[in-house]
Amino acid sequence: MKTEDTNKWEYAPSLEGTKHIQLKEKYDLFIDGKWVKPNADRYFASINPANEEKLADIAWASESDVDLAVKAARRAYVDVWSKMKASDRAKYIFRIARLMQERAREFAVIETLDGGKPIRESRDIDVPLACNHFFYYAGWADKLQDAFPNRSVESLGVAGQIIPWNFPLLMAAWKIAPALAAGNTVVLKPAETTSLTALKLAEIIEESGLPPGVVNIVTGHGDTGAAIVNHPDIDKIAFTGSTAVGKLIQKATAGTRKKVSLELGGKSANIVLEDAPMDQAVEGIVNGIFFNQGHVCCAGSRLYVQESVADELVRKLKQRMQSLYVGNPLDKNTDIGAINSKEQLETIEKYVQIGIKEGAEMFQVECEVPTKGFYCRPTIFTNVAQSSVIAQEEIFGPVLTIQTFRTIDEVIQKANNSPYGLAAGVWTDKGSRIFNLTSKLRAGVVWANTYNKFDPASPFGGYKESGFGREGGLHGLEAYLK
Amino acid sequence: MTAQKPLFSQVPISPCVDKVGVEERVARFQTRSIKGASKLQGLSMVLSMIDLTTLEGKDTPNKVKQMCYKAAHLHDAYAGLPTVAAVCVYPSMVPIAKEALKDSTIKIASVSTAFPSGQAPFDVKKMDTKFAIEAGADEIDMVISRGKFLAGEHAFVFDEIAAIKEICGTKRLKVILETGELATLDQVRHASDIAIHAGADFIKTSTGKIQPAATMQVTYTMLMAIRDHFDRTGKMVGMKPAGGISTSKLALHNLVMVNEILGEAWLSNEWFRFGASSLANDVLMQYMKQVTGKYQSADYFTLD
Repeated sequence: MKTEDTNKWEYAPSLEGTKHIQLKEKYDLFIDGKWVKPNADRYFASINPANEEKLADIAWASESDVDLAVKAARRAYVDVWSKMKASDRAKYIFRIARLMQERAREFAVIETLDGGKPIRESRDIDVPLACNHFFYYAGWADKLQDAFPNRSVESLGVAGQIIPWNFPLLMAAWKIAPALAAGNTVVLKPAETTSLTALKLAEIIEESGLPPGVVNIVTGHGDTGAAIVNHPDIDKIAFTGSTAVGKLIQKATAGTRKKVSLELGGKSANIVLEDAPMDQAVEGIVNGIFFNQGHVCCAGSRLYVQESVADELVRKLKQRMQSLYVGNPLDKNTDIGAINSKEQLETIEKYVQIGIKEGAEMFQVECEVPTKGFYCRPTIFTNVAQSSVIAQEEIFGPVLTIQTFRTIDEVIQKANNSPYGLAAGVWTDKGSRIFNLTSKLRAGVVWANTYNKFDPASPFGGYKESGFGREGGLHGLEAYLK
Repeated sequence: MTAQKPLFSQVPISPCVDKVGVEERVARFQTRSIKGASKLQGLSMVLSMIDLTTLEGKDTPNKVKQMCYKAAHLHDAYAGLPTVAAVCVYPSMVPIAKEALKDSTIKIASVSTAFPSGQAPFDVKKMDTKFAIEAGADEIDMVISRGKFLAGEHAFVFDEIAAIKEICGTKRLKVILETGELATLDQVRHASDIAIHAGADFIKTSTGKIQPAATMQVTYTMLMAIRDHFDRTGKMVGMKPAGGISTSKLALHNLVMVNEILGEAWLSNEWFRFGASSLANDVLMQYMKQVTGKYQSADYFTLD
C-alpha cells in the first residue's frame, strides 16, 4: 500500500508579505508632536539582521535634541496633560491602543524585519501584548484614587524612558502606557538596532491627536540615552536593559531627585523535579530559552534537573530541538529567527567558546541556517557546574546550561546562588512543592509548570542585580506616582 | 521465534501529563504552513491512511458492499489517487467486505470484543475476535474494558489485551482506549502504556460513539507514549485517531503532529490511520481544489 520509498514531507515556505507596510527611507525625531531633524544632522542605518539589508536611516539625537524633547515634555505636562481630566487622558490611551490593533499586522512585520524575531512571535505575542498594555492602563487612568486609596495620587512630571532591543514595541508600551495613565509626559529612547516600531508608534500617536509633547521619541545610541539620564529636568528614569548600563544609571542619578526603576539582566533558573510532567517540561525549557532567540531578560537559561530524571529529560530535549525550524524570521514556520545584531552574535559565540573551553559538553541542532544574516543554532551545554562562566553570566542568546541536583534544598540554594534574581520556573506535579519553592526562590517572577507567560495585569521585575521597581499591574502604575 | 509473553509488571510507570502544556503544544502544530505541493502530498497521504468505517446497528450487506466499492474507487474522475488503507466493519460484515474487496489490497478491519462498550464476558470477547479472524479480517480493532480500568483493575485490562493479541497472532491488533470515557490525559497516557506493553500493534483513540473523541490533545498524549516506547525498545507502534476528524484541515494538523513527534517513518498507513466515515470526501474536495484551482460542489463526490 505504501506508494513511495520515502515518506519525507516538507512544509511549504510561507513568507509573510511586506508589501503592505509603509517605511520611510529616513526617520527624524518625534518632538513636540512634530518630526524634527536632529541638530547635528546625524543619522545611522537600521538593518534587517536576517539579511543585513538596510531598512531605513534613523536620526541620532544629541544632547541639544534631548533638551528640546524634555522641554516639550515639560510644557505639555504643565500646560495640558496634568490639567486634563483623567477620563480624557484615558480616551487618548484607548485610542492609541485601538490604532495599534488596527495596524497590528504592519507592526508585526516591521518588528520582525527590524529585530529578527519570528513573525509567529511578533504576530501572536509582542504586538497583541503591547496593545493590551495600553488597554489595561487606559482603564486605570481615571481610577487612580481607587487604585491607591487613602493617599493623594500625584503624577511625577517628565519621565525619561530607555528601552532595549529584544521586545522593542512591547517595551515601549510597558513604559509609555502606565506613565501616561498616571498623568506624566514622556521622552522615550528606543534601542539603536530596533527603533522602527517605536517610530511607527509615534506616527500613531500623531494620528491619535495626543497633545504635542506628551510623548516624544528620540532615537540614537548610548550618548542619547546618557543625555536623557543626565538631564536635570527629568523626574523619573525608567530603564530596561543590561545590568552594566543599569549600574551607570544608578551612579548618574545618585543624589539627584530622579526616581529610578531598573529592569536589568537575568540568569533565571528553570527547575525540573523528578515528578514533573516531562514532555511539558521539555516544552517549557524550549520556550524558556529559545523564545525570541534567547534575547529575553527572564530567559530560563540555567536548567536544573533532578538527577534521577536528567538523562531522560536531556534526551527528550535534544529530540525536541530537532524539530525546531531556524531560519527566515518572516516565514510563518520559523521557530527561531535571527540574532538581533552582529555584535550580539559575537557575544553569544564568545560564550559558546568559553563553554567548550570549560569542558562542558555542547549539543547543537544540526540544521542549515541562512548564509547571510546573523543566526545561531539552538545550543545546550551539559556537564556544567555552578562555577562555570556560562552558568553565571547572562548570554542573552539561545544557549542553555544544564546542571543536575539531588534534593530540593540543594536546588533552592543553587538557583539563588546568582547575582541576578529576575525569574524562575518550577516543574512538578505536586502543589505543595510548588508553594515551597516559590516562597524560597529569590526571583521577581516564578512560573509553575509554564514559562515566559506575560500579562499586563501581572507585575514584572527583579531582585538583586536584576533591578528594582515593578512594571505591569498596579505596581507598574505606582512607579509613575509621587 | 517464540514471542515472549508480555507481563503487566513490565509496564513502566506512566509520566504525568499537564493538560495546559499539552494544549499549548498542540496549538503550535496548527500553525505550520501546509499549501501547494506540501498540501497535495499531505492530502494524498491522508486518503491512503483512512480506515473507511461503518459501524452502525443498521449496517446491511448492501451498505457494506457499497462502502467497499467506494474504498477502492474514491474518485475515479481523477486518475492517480490512492485507495484508503482499510475498511472497518462489525464482525458479521467481514465476509461481505472480504468478498467485495477480494481483488484489492485494501485491508479488512473488524471491531471486536463486544464493541463499542466492551461490557461482555471475556469468553464472548475471545469468540467475537476468533469469529472475525476466521471470517477473513486482516486487522482487529478491540475495545478495552473501561469499567475495569476506571475501577483500578489495570492488570485485568492488560491481560485482556494480551489474550486478544494472542488470538490475533500475526493479524494486527488495534486497541481502542475510548479516551472520551477515560476523561483525563493522565489516564489516557496510562491506558496507552498498558495497551502498548500488552502487545497492541496500534493504539486507537475512540469508538466514535462517545464524545469527545480524537482531540489533538489526546492524540498528542498517545503519540508521546509511542515515542517513549520506541526510544526505550526500538519497537514501532501505530496510531489511529478515530472519531471527530471530518475535515482535511484537522487531518493535516494531525499529520504535522505525527511528523514532528514520531518522524517520517510513521507517515504511512502502515503506522498511522484515520478512523473516519466522512473525512474522505472532504479530502477529495480539497484535493481537487488544489489540482483544478476550483471548488467543486459536494454533489460531484460520491456518497456510499
